[in-house]
This record gives sequence, structure tokens and C-alpha cells, in this order.
Amino acid sequence: MLKLHYNLEKVSMGLVGAIIAVASVGGIVEIAPLFTIEETVEIPDDMRPHTPLELAGREIYIREGCYACHSQMVRSLADELDRYGPYSLAAESAWDHPMLWGSKRTGPDLARLGEKYSDAWHVAHLIDPRSVIPVSIMPAYPWLTRDLDTGLIEDNLAALARLGVPYDDAMINNAMADARAQSQPDSDRADSVRDRYGEDIAVRAFDGDPSRLTELDALVAYLQSLGTLTDDAHEMFGEDAQ
Amino acid sequence: MLQRTSRARLADAVSPWFVLIGFNLFCVWAATGYVMGQTQSKEYAEPEWYADLWLVLVWVTYFVVYIRTLARRAEPHIYVANWYYMAFILVVAMLHIVNNLALPVTWGSGESFTIWSGVQDAMIQWWYGHNAVAFFLTAGFLGMLYYFLPVRAQRPIWSYRLSILSFWGIVFFYMWAGSHHLHYTALPYWVQTLGMTFSVMLLVPSWASAGNAIATLNGAWHKVRDDAVLRFMFVAAVFYGLSTFEGSFLAIRPVNSLSHYTDWTVGHVHSGTLGWVAMIVFGAIYSMVPKLWGRNDMAWPKAVEWHFWLAIAGTLIYVVSLWNAGITQGLMWRAYDEGGALSYSFIESVEAMLPYYAARTLGGGLFLAGALLCALNCRATMRAAGNRVDEADRPLATQPAE
Repeated sequence: MLKLHYNLEKVSMGLVGAIIAVASVGGIVEIAPLFTIEETVEIPDDMRPHTPLELAGREIYIREGCYACHSQMVRSLADELDRYGPYSLAAESAWDHPMLWGSKRTGPDLARLGEKYSDAWHVAHLIDPRSVIPVSIMPAYPWLTRDLDTGLIEDNLAALARLGVPYDDAMINNAMADARAQSQPDSDRADSVRDRYGEDIAVRAFDGDPSRLTELDALVAYLQSLGTLTDDAHEMFGEDAQ
Repeated sequence: MLQRTSRARLADAVSPWFVLIGFNLFCVWAATGYVMGQTQSKEYAEPEWYADLWLVLVWVTYFVVYIRTLARRAEPHIYVANWYYMAFILVVAMLHIVNNLALPVTWGSGESFTIWSGVQDAMIQWWYGHNAVAFFLTAGFLGMLYYFLPVRAQRPIWSYRLSILSFWGIVFFYMWAGSHHLHYTALPYWVQTLGMTFSVMLLVPSWASAGNAIATLNGAWHKVRDDAVLRFMFVAAVFYGLSTFEGSFLAIRPVNSLSHYTDWTVGHVHSGTLGWVAMIVFGAIYSMVPKLWGRNDMAWPKAVEWHFWLAIAGTLIYVVSLWNAGITQGLMWRAYDEGGALSYSFIESVEAMLPYYAARTLGGGLFLAGALLCALNCRATMRAAGNRVDEADRPLATQPAE
């Protein structure tokens, strides 16, 4: 062996080949099966993709770096089930490009946040966290009251559809109108959003003002949707989805 | 280092400048991306697709310069430090390309969607993330250790066989360890277990490297006592040994249930980056700068001593405060009262962090002060350049191979 290595280290391309070969094994054994074993992810029947407004909110969540302090992955440990709710299933993030499981809880986990607090609470909390939780160390995000930029919203859905998220042509073509309608519960178009994404989605003026579509609308819609895309996790625990 | 250990000049005059400037441009894009909100949110891989593509171009050029210089070498054998650099260049390229595969929303926008999703994305992310630590923050720096420590101590590397064992051990085992970042999550159980097992086995090659470095100092301990530069390298090797032990320990599933998501992980990473990576870099800087500017020593030798103690004190305060912070968080989150209800709300665990975060700021401040002193010292050294030329800088007559 030693003699072999003694000779190997005289040949630079031999060393290159050996490093690539040796380093590839671990990844191939651990990653490749995740794509081929069907039990890795089972998509439940009631699973829906994010609406265009929620997706825009997700982009804001990423832009503002929320994932750095908040995880979205409830582990299968007793105290986490008691604190947050049913543990996260692989299917729940199956259409997340990328996943936002996170790795640090400077703030609490958000995987089961949806419908836990009112829209008004979220709006107040995002604009000034200390107004609702006096000792919070979360930064304030007062600029979220500005208008939502919907320029890329259709392209976003189209790109995700190409990656396998089940957005059909009607969803893609109506994305901009659907985003607006989801924050205008009294408008004529509100029902067509429900037709496309299901009866359970929240159609509300999330920031309290139906006349303007703001970044707050999008972010709050996204936060309220967390953990509500499927009831599977709750059903597994025999609980009623709240 | 590559030039010295190969006894050959860099292969090209222009492309090394491209690598230097190109990489720094990437760093500027990456750092401004955080501030501007241009991020794909993957840990250690935040820059968006345009920056990622640019980095691939820079990195391939880097590899070409490296391998062409190696091809010119006057030494028949490739020195061990260069194995590590080679692994660093190759594996970082592999990881970077796979993890950053993304579909841009439009060619005109900076945004993109990662092609991976959900659990597969999580696994690929931590296969990348953990090996960013292994190959970005370890392999290259082990290369520095294998060169500068023996040179400064004037002792040969203690064991050639141990170098071989630890090198291939690190290249092989590390690639399996990423899944220990995903204990108790929706990742299949068998992958978590494999990751844990290999993380524990990883201790063998890691300690072989650290031990090899420390054993090299045998017979030169008086130099460690008197020379702050060599002491930086010695402390780096010790921190390397300690943080790899801590890493293997934290990868064990029940330990991880307490430590994950807390500041303990942050403390662990900093004992690696401040205690190991930064210390070996300081040692390398203090060895290189006087040589390059033709002097025997730094302009302010006493400042090196000051820097050493600032860096040590800063790192220890930082790491110890985050250990306490992390363990406190972990214990508060899982505490139950007699009635079977959770004892603490989340915000109470946030409030409890105040003293630890204050201590952390102090530790980081001391460390930064030391680094500033180092920068000023380098500037002073460069301004007082001498004209000393080492014996070894003259080309040697080619020797017959053994």
C-alpha cells in the first residue's frame, strides 16, 4: 500500500482522479437513493401548492433573511410536539425550491405557524415586534408596507412548474390577478382563486386594507399558510386541524 | 507555497491575477447580496446564480493554474500540503456545482429557484454545507499547517504514513457526515444513522492530523514557548483537535437533540473558524510577510505577542459563552414542570441569552482588535522592507530522484 501511494504521489492527474473517486462515494450512497426510493416522499391527496400571493410572500421571507433565525422543521421530539405541533413530514416541503428547514432557532420554529395568530397581530409584529412582545429581539421591518412588486409573479410560477410543482396553465396565466384577488375578499375574482387552489385557502385583506396590495399582504398570507398545505400531519396524530 | 514545494514558478502571468481579482469580486457580490436581499437562502451558498457561474469560471482557472504549475515541478513527489490543496480545489468545485444547480426565473433577473426541493434539497444542502467546512475551511488550512509548521519549527513532519492515512480518511469520511445536520427531521432514518456513524469515525483521521502536527513539535517545544508565530500554529492544531472532537460528539443523535437549533452549534463553528482556521492563517501571515519583504522579523515583534493573547482570550470567551447559551436554550426548550406542561415559553429562552450574547460580543471584539493589530503590523513591515535573501531562495541544482 505504502509503495503504491509512494508512486501515486508522483502523478498529479492520478491524484486528481483518486480524490474525485474517493470523495464521490459518500454522496452517491446517501443522495441517489433519495430520488429513487418511493417511500422517501409520499404526496398526500389534499396537498396544494402555494398560491401566487403566498409564493410572493415566500420570496420576501427569503429576501429579508427570516430563515436565518427561524426554522421550519418540527423534529420528532416530545417537547417539540408539545410546543409547535405535529412533526414535519417530508411531503410538506416537497414542492419547496429550496427547502427552508433552517438550522438555527434564534426565534421559534414556524412550520406550524399558520392561523395561530391573527393577521392584525402579524402586521403589528412585523412592523414593530416590541409592540406585541416587549422583550423580543427581532428586527423591525417597517418598509413592508410598500406596494408588492408583481412583475415576476407569472414567471415565478412558470419556472416552478418546469421544476415539477403542479401549477397548470390557468394558474400561471392568472397569477397576477389571483395574487391581487386573494387580498380582496369582496371582489368578484376571489372565488376563482378558491376554485384554483381549494376552499381552505385564506382570502382576506391581510394587511387590513383591500385597496392596496402590499408586501405585508404577501408575507402575512405566506406565514398564515405555513403548515396548512395538507392536513396529513394532523391526521396522523388524530388531531383536528385547527 | 506551491511554488516553493514544487520548486517551480507559477504557470502563467495573467491568470493568477484573474483568480485573485475574480474571487474577490465574487466575495463582494456575495456580501452585498446579503444586504440587498439577493439570496437563494441556502446556508453557505447564498449567492444567486450569476455569482455562482462566475465562481465556477474563476475556480476552473484556479485549477488550471494549479495543475500546470504542478506539472512543472522539479520535485518528483508532490508534497503532502499540495494533496490537501488539490482536494480543496476539486471537492469544493464538485459541491458548489451540485448544490447550486438552479433555474433562473428570467435571464434578466437575479432570482432563481434551486432545482432540488424538500428532503432531497435538505440532504444535498448539508452534504454541501458540511463539506464546505471540510474542504473549504479544513483541507486548504491543513495544507498551510503541513507547510508552515514544519518550516517554522525546523523539524520534519513526524509521520509520513499518518499523513497518508489522515488525508484519505478525511477525503472519504467527511463526504458521508452531512446528514448529521438533519437528525430527527423528515430525512429517512437510515441516512441520519449513516451520517452519525461516519461523523464519529471521522475523529480518527482528524486526530491523526492534529496529532501529527503536535508530534512534529517534539524537540522544538522551547520554540513554541518563545515564538508567538509558532505558538499560533500550535494552538491552531490544538483547536483543530478539540473542535473535531466536539463535532463528532454533537453528531451523535441524542446529543444533537439538545444542541441542534441552539447557539451551541454556532459556538462549535467558531471554535473551528476562530480557533483553528484563523490561528493557522495568522501563523502563516507572520511567517510569510517578513520573508516577502526581505526582513528577518515583523516590524513590531511585540504586537505579535499581543495579538496572540487577544486572539486566544477572544476565542475562549466567545466559545465558552455560546456553549452556555446553547445548553441553556436546549434545556429550557425541553423542560417540563410537575403538571406535565412545558416550563418556559420561547421568549423566556430568548431573554435568558442576554449575558451570553454580551460576553460573545466582548470575545468577538477582542478577537477583532487582535486582527486589526495584525493588519497594522503587516503594513508597518511592508513599509520597512529590507533586502534579505534566504539561502533557500536561490534555485537548487536538480537532484537525482531517490
